[in-house]
Amino acid sequence: MQNPDQTKKRADGAPSPLVGEGNRLSVPQHLRVHIHGWLLLLPAAVLLVAFTYYPAVRTIFDSLFSTPRGVRGAVFVGMDNYAAMLADPVFVRALVNNFVYAACVIPLTIALALSMALWVDGRIAGRPFLRLSFFTPTVLPMIAVANIWLFFYAPGYGLLDQILGLFGFSAHNWLGDQHTALACLIAVAIWKDAGFFMIFYLAALQQISPQLAEAAALEGASRWYFFRRVTFPLLMPTTLFVLVNAIINSFRLVDHIVVMTQGGPDNATALLLFYIYEVGFKFWDTAYAATLTVVLLTLLAVFALGQFLILDRRIHYQ
Amino acid sequence: MTFTKQWFTAIVTSGTAGTGGLGGRRKLKSLAGSMRCTTWAARENAVSQISVVDVSKYWGATRAVDGVSFAADAGSLLVLLGPSGCGKSTTLRLIAGLEQVSGGRIFIGGADVTALPPAKRRIAMVFQSYALFPHLTVAENILFGLKVRKVAAAERDRRLERVAALLGLERLLARKPAQLSGGQQQRVALGRAIIAETPVCLMDEPLSNLDAQLRAEMRREIRSIQQKLGITMVYVTHDQSEAMSMADRVVLMREGKVEQAAAPDDMYARPATVFAARFIGTPPMNILPAAPDIAAADQVLMGVRPEHVMLGHDIGMPLRVRGVEFFGADTVVTCAYGEATLTARVPGKATLSAGSAIRVHWRPEDLHFFDAASGRRRDDVMTLAIGDAKQFVHAGLA
Repeated sequence: MQNPDQTKKRADGAPSPLVGEGNRLSVPQHLRVHIHGWLLLLPAAVLLVAFTYYPAVRTIFDSLFSTPRGVRGAVFVGMDNYAAMLADPVFVRALVNNFVYAACVIPLTIALALSMALWVDGRIAGRPFLRLSFFTPTVLPMIAVANIWLFFYAPGYGLLDQILGLFGFSAHNWLGDQHTALACLIAVAIWKDAGFFMIFYLAALQQISPQLAEAAALEGASRWYFFRRVTFPLLMPTTLFVLVNAIINSFRLVDHIVVMTQGGPDNATALLLFYIYEVGFKFWDTAYAATLTVVLLTLLAVFALGQFLILDRRIHYQ
Repeated sequence: MTFTKQWFTAIVTSGTAGTGGLGGRRKLKSLAGSMRCTTWAARENAVSQISVVDVSKYWGATRAVDGVSFAADAGSLLVLLGPSGCGKSTTLRLIAGLEQVSGGRIFIGGADVTALPPAKRRIAMVFQSYALFPHLTVAENILFGLKVRKVAAAERDRRLERVAALLGLERLLARKPAQLSGGQQQRVALGRAIIAETPVCLMDEPLSNLDAQLRAEMRREIRSIQQKLGITMVYVTHDQSEAMSMADRVVLMREGKVEQAAAPDDMYARPATVFAARFIGTPPMNILPAAPDIAAADQVLMGVRPEHVMLGHDIGMPLRVRGVEFFGADTVVTCAYGEATLTARVPGKATLSAGSAIRVHWRPEDLHFFDAASGRRRDDVMTLAIGDAKQFVHAGLA
């Protein structure tokens, strides 16, 4: 149904909103296209600026000022916060912990995810059940997961000690010992993320035509050779994606630490983001927290850039 | 294999000497005319024969391949032909060793390979989807098998050069499969198969992803390569024209069984069953109820190929035209024949239209007879009809 008003407008107005002729505003056509485009981008841009770019810039800005306390407002201190940070033994400890954590979690998670994906991709009995069970850790809420593991690690009556007790080992306070606490957190993280990353590998594996394996089998290629020369290179886009996510995950871990160790004992499990959380929201030293955040963001940006610039060129995309 | 090296060298040298400036494909064609490599093919004769003996493949209760037997002579091209789901691809995969037989034996080059893994059967295979490795270049794709078998680098390069020259791939060696057209991808797949220099090559509907024109071109090219290299080839297709134009021998399959195995001209001239008669030739053979005056008319069906139906105004059965399709070189005329439909293929453009009245006739020797119940060919009826030719041909006259 056409309303007579509309018909009239169309008869004497512009045939298309993008054509400049007969336009009341008489904006040049190319400009109209640009305005159109920017308007379409606006909702996303507003969200990004409000929640990503502005906070990021503001953080850098804040890191150059002192923390406002009572009547004394923020004072520009230049690089003082950064100098204090380098002298802060807890920060250094958290940074080292975080690198150790990332260096263990990332390769092990990826290797485990890939192995599980290769396994459940094959023809084995109970495949749907296996896939589901590998994915379960991802579905569970992190706080609940951390609490369950807390019981596993509990000294004396925990699952781990009970099993080890069968072999004659004495009880051990896994999370209370400086030497084992970080390893315990690493184990939880691997258990939690491997299933999630497996799903991506599984999806990628199922994109690979089974005829490639047949063609290779006809040539006499062993399964290992085929994996090394065909499957793994074809999975590289997935590996890059998983790697980026694994790195981000390992630098933003907070929940497990809050529930399981509170960063202790003696900062043995303090990771960067947990330390930022403590400085910012427990000690209320916001300027120093901003300084630490800038370091974390810089680290992540460097990693992401390096991955995309260096690895991307060597990866074959379908 | 010394014989392969010899002819390879011969092709490359004559190719570069004779037609230096031409592109690979033209080079190939000019070579096809000048080269006849019969000696080494004859030498290999005894060894590279394929025989499939009473082979079956069951999946549960489904009999995908059911007691199939056939043999391919060395250096010949055998086509496994049939509609989709007839078991032809499965048969090929059984020969390749990609599937295990449920029963029967497979021999390649005189040796029983039934229990051997694919790599030990001395075969190459081209897949319907080409199965090129998408992250490897053309050269790496072609050399994949040689690298697996750890052939020396110098030998690999020599063979790559020959194969690239043979298939006109010289300029594409550094490209990835995604940067190639369908026809070029097909050539790479072919290159990967022939660089192995195995005496047997299996092809699973290699041309089905190409457009009609390219398909015809590749058909000729594959055939010429197969003949020049003296490869024993088993070629799966559902396209009867591909089978007819390429094959030395056609094995027509239906529902997991061999319907008829014969040379293409034999199969065309003497189809063993109604199915074979209808499957080979376009448009398919007319299968009609036998004219009432021939012996045992109620038990037989009468077949006549559309190109053997002659149209006229003076003699023959009067029929009404239902439709006319013009194809350029010929015209297919569809007529009502009682309850059934009769198609006739006449040269040039027929000046007919739907509804016209025409008369059709055919030579008695062009008739085929099949048992109405079993669908099998019956040659005893044929003799009877020829003896009664005049009467039969005019049987439908009003």
